[in-house]
Amino acid sequence: MIARPVIMARSRAAWPCLMLLAVLLLDRLVTPQFFNLEIRDGRLYGSLIDVLNRGAPVALLAIGMSLVIATRGIDLSVGAVMAIAGAVCAGMITAGIDNVPLIVAGGLATGLIAGLINGAMIGWLGLQPIVATLVLMVAGRGIAQLISDGRIITFRHEAFASLGVGSWLGLPMPVILVAVVCSGVYLLTRRTALGLFIEAVGCNPTASHYLGIHVTSVKMFAYVIAGLCSALAGIIATADIQGADANNIGLWLELDAILAVVLGGASLMGGRFSIGLSVVGVLIIQAMSTGIIMSGLPAKYNLVIKAAVVIVVLLLQTPRFRHQLTAPLRRLRNAAKAGDATS
Amino acid sequence: MNASALLRIEGLSKQFPGVTALDKVDFSVDAGEVHALLGENGAGKSTLIKVLTGAYQKDAGTMEFEGKRIAPQNPAAAQRLGISTVYQEVNLPSNLSVAQNIFLGREPKRYGLIDWREIRRRSAGLLRRFELDIDVSRTLDSYPVAVRQLVAIARAVDLSARLLILDEPTASLDGREVERLFSILRQLKSTGVAVLFVTHFLDQVYAISDRITVLRNGARVGTFEARKLPRHRLIEHMLGKELQALEARTPENTGATAARPVLELRNLGARQSVSGLSFSIAPGEATGLSGLLGSGRSETCRLIFGLDSPDTGEILFRGKPVRPKNPRSAAAIGMGLCPEDRRSEGIIGALGFRENVVLALQARNGWWRLIPKKRQLELARKAMEEMKIAVADFEQAVASLSGGNQQKTILARWLATDPALLILDEPTRGIDIGAHAEILKLIRALCTRGMALLVASSELEEITAFSHKVVVLRDRAQVGQIEGAAISEQAILRAIAGGDAP
Repeated sequence: MIARPVIMARSRAAWPCLMLLAVLLLDRLVTPQFFNLEIRDGRLYGSLIDVLNRGAPVALLAIGMSLVIATRGIDLSVGAVMAIAGAVCAGMITAGIDNVPLIVAGGLATGLIAGLINGAMIGWLGLQPIVATLVLMVAGRGIAQLISDGRIITFRHEAFASLGVGSWLGLPMPVILVAVVCSGVYLLTRRTALGLFIEAVGCNPTASHYLGIHVTSVKMFAYVIAGLCSALAGIIATADIQGADANNIGLWLELDAILAVVLGGASLMGGRFSIGLSVVGVLIIQAMSTGIIMSGLPAKYNLVIKAAVVIVVLLLQTPRFRHQLTAPLRRLRNAAKAGDATS
Repeated sequence: MNASALLRIEGLSKQFPGVTALDKVDFSVDAGEVHALLGENGAGKSTLIKVLTGAYQKDAGTMEFEGKRIAPQNPAAAQRLGISTVYQEVNLPSNLSVAQNIFLGREPKRYGLIDWREIRRRSAGLLRRFELDIDVSRTLDSYPVAVRQLVAIARAVDLSARLLILDEPTASLDGREVERLFSILRQLKSTGVAVLFVTHFLDQVYAISDRITVLRNGARVGTFEARKLPRHRLIEHMLGKELQALEARTPENTGATAARPVLELRNLGARQSVSGLSFSIAPGEATGLSGLLGSGRSETCRLIFGLDSPDTGEILFRGKPVRPKNPRSAAAIGMGLCPEDRRSEGIIGALGFRENVVLALQARNGWWRLIPKKRQLELARKAMEEMKIAVADFEQAVASLSGGNQQKTILARWLATDPALLILDEPTRGIDIGAHAEILKLIRALCTRGMALLVASSELEEITAFSHKVVVLRDRAQVGQIEGAAISEQAILRAIAGGDAP
């Protein structure tokens, strides 16, 4: 009675983790030095670190997206929110503001506002999530362009840039930030009842309302967290290149984030979520991209290979496909059993 | 066993993690018979049907249909063999027209194109056999549930099935519609079609069945000729020895009625809902809410629990005027509601038993104070033991429980919050006699604990069994109130019928 949930949790986590391992081993096969790590100037370097570092913005998006998808929603605006947050930070720096916490707060405030707008449209007005967030997905980039006056704002600001290129304890700063946000959101959802409420609302919003859960607030919370995570991703991306390009920051990343959540085993119909597995999903995607680049294969193959691997991973997660796949094995085993019985 | 059996099942077994759903079941259905399949919740009826129709795969045993071994991999394969099924919940696409639904997947063609006129003509003709004269070009969801159910049955019949499986087909039909269905079944019977019929209504079992097979705990208790099996023997077979609990009796008035009422309504009403609600419920008292379908039973429950907002009158809760704006505020002052539609408004199917049990209490405690895991498990264990809920483990998804166990889970959810008033809207709908008896017993037990209950029910027998007071509704208004010894089925019927309400 006690053992089963543990096994269930394990098997739910097993597939995404096995997939990640498989992709990493494949990378190692193609590029022998893939697992090499070295320390230069007190900082770790290597392809694995690169996977973590490059995956950081999408990982942040995926953390927020996990909660949103668990409420049976979707947030298409996360890429655009990255662009707005980036433009706001770059704008503040070029306007002469020097205080890094203040700049970061400015960026995060845009994420908060974006999340509140999405949450209000979906929670209060009852708009369909895909429509409501599509508005901000399109309008958001426009707003970012207005803030940056249609130009790419570049700046030089050592302290701010370190959020994107700096390091701490030998690890790149974006990786540290992801770890902090990941544990923070985990504690916020699992050490309180929020995670349970989110899953209840995603599984059955009517029943959740009937039993006294404030459904609007729960949805609002999910979109606000998604907004804040997107803004932080935008800050990292902006700090990384010391510039804000409203047209390109976070472009199409909403799709990578959704994909990562699905690769982590979540259902787009809402319900169960796992922050950790969503991050594993991000790492699968990033390990593929990095692996393809390292292998020396022309970049034009990147998207097609990625799509093929994604299909395989998703197929392996469907019980029915696994059942078919293992059918010959079972037949063999049964035949052997029958053979034993007759002999 | 009859050699000419259309369907013959031998040693059929099906395991689920922690549960033996079917244990070496033998069973046969002859051509041209109506065979009733009966049993309590979790007896294995649904599992048997799902194995037959290919929705589940059997673990052991053989199935023979028309003399040939079968093992349908999915419902479509079963349908091709000649086994058609109509489930309790109509699962046809409701956005398509009635005619489209009837011919879905087998549309008659003319010059390679779908012949819509033919589809409409034949659909209308088919439904006329059911004395159903409706516009077949309108979408299915524009008709009430009863009509949808008949359409689903008409479709199954028209698939020229050899074996027609009806899983609680009459749950949403009224008396006249049931009679129509039965006359069609008799017609089918005469053409050699076999009907396997699952229901909770024993009257209907005796009205239509030739033979009855009873399952209990996944095993077959026996197969009986319906004519030769007295009703009380049948109930014994289904229940084992819990029969006494079913005996209807009006409970003793515990004397608690002198206390201040938990709930008092003063001319409560809302536009497009119910009006003129004036009654009170004392601690330890069960008040029945009776009336025909559409008389405003559920609306009354919704109004009190804050799901709809009242326009007139007032609600006094423990002597203080209150006005719950939503279930949340109603729960906060000590109310609970088990809604009528268990599946869409009650259970959170994908979540586990433990989570479903703690949710209402957790919602009242607020998001910040998570109930410790240990306490959650205690609540789940207490619910499982006190209410005899059959779960394999505390994390089992509630969707996989039987109807009666789901209902008990929702009850347990509210009991965890220790409410002063519990509102039950049709607490025994769609659950079998065993769980039915247990829930009635529980209602009495809660009364003796001092809880106030408001129970809406369409079953007079049930209402008279537990109520200290019955409020009668007609045409969305309160038309009468019957108390104590005056409560009887006749008295309620008179009040519903109008005229000389006591």
